[in-house]
Amino acid sequence: MSSSGSSPLWEVFVRARRGLAHTHVGSLHAPDAELALRNARDLYTRRQEGVSIWVVPAGAITASSPDEKDAFFDPAADKVYRHPTFYDVPDGVAHL
Amino acid sequence: MNGPFAFTLALGDDALIAAQRLAEWTTRAPEMEEDIALANIALDQLGAARLLLSYAGELEGAGRDEDALAYLRDDREFRNCLLVELPNGDFAVTMAKLLLLSAYQLPLYTALSRCADERLAAIGGKARKESAYHLDHAALWVKRLGEGTPESHRRMQAGIEEVWPYVGELFAGWPQAPVDPATLRADFDEVVSAVLAEATLTVPESAWAPAGGRDGLHTEHLSYLLAEMQVLHRAHPGARW
Repeated sequence: MSSSGSSPLWEVFVRARRGLAHTHVGSLHAPDAELALRNARDLYTRRQEGVSIWVVPAGAITASSPDEKDAFFDPAADKVYRHPTFYDVPDGVAHL
Repeated sequence: MNGPFAFTLALGDDALIAAQRLAEWTTRAPEMEEDIALANIALDQLGAARLLLSYAGELEGAGRDEDALAYLRDDREFRNCLLVELPNGDFAVTMAKLLLLSAYQLPLYTALSRCADERLAAIGGKARKESAYHLDHAALWVKRLGEGTPESHRRMQAGIEEVWPYVGELFAGWPQAPVDPATLRADFDEVVSAVLAEATLTVPESAWAPAGGRDGLHTEHLSYLLAEMQVLHRAHPGARW
């Protein structure tokens, strides 16, 4: 049985420390969620990389398409006023 | 056999030989993910073996360190149980061996973590967490293979039956030891029978109970394993990376 054979693909998210968000670290093959979690433990946290793991069936993820890149992301390019640095902080504001 | 030295050596040899056997799966496991998992478990066993053999060397007081004990003894001087030296067979046999070994090591290391000897207690405290994971890993696979296809069920049952006779030796009474393995048999039976029941497998009945590993009387498989494990060290004494 090859890795790409019968086992479905899972995406793995690891939380490095308490207080941080789970971050996508990679993917793996496993026959079910329980084994996916254990495979993730062995593949992605064996050097103390994490304190919590999520596994998600890759098929359950809806991703933006490269074809939609312009419609999705270009409109943000010229909206500098969406960044806090666009605004001057008045002298009188001590705690911002 | 005297108490702490022989006992520590026996446990260290169990872990060392189990590590060497499991490492044979590296690059050969059914899936890449399982390859890493088995290598991880092998490394856990090797870590426990190093601690136990180092301490055994100190208890013996003859100047032998972990390397001398691992690489410079012949098969008759090894004290591991027969279970760990058996060939890996197919994946089901390997999982059957891992299930029985970890269901033995977990209560053993747990009891050890509460024993009077501080070094052994520290080693037991560290190793029992690893054993809990090994047991979990083996149990997951035994259940999946037992409840999988008719072929996986047949092979899992055959795997359990092949290694079951070697369980008796694990729990032979050893009253002078820091932990008498005979006191752990009930824990083992409870855990293993629950896993096998959930896996729709039957607990084998075996009157044949080979033993002798603790006295240095091994199967023919051990000397081949040792030849492969020891050849480099013996060909290049004192070699370092």
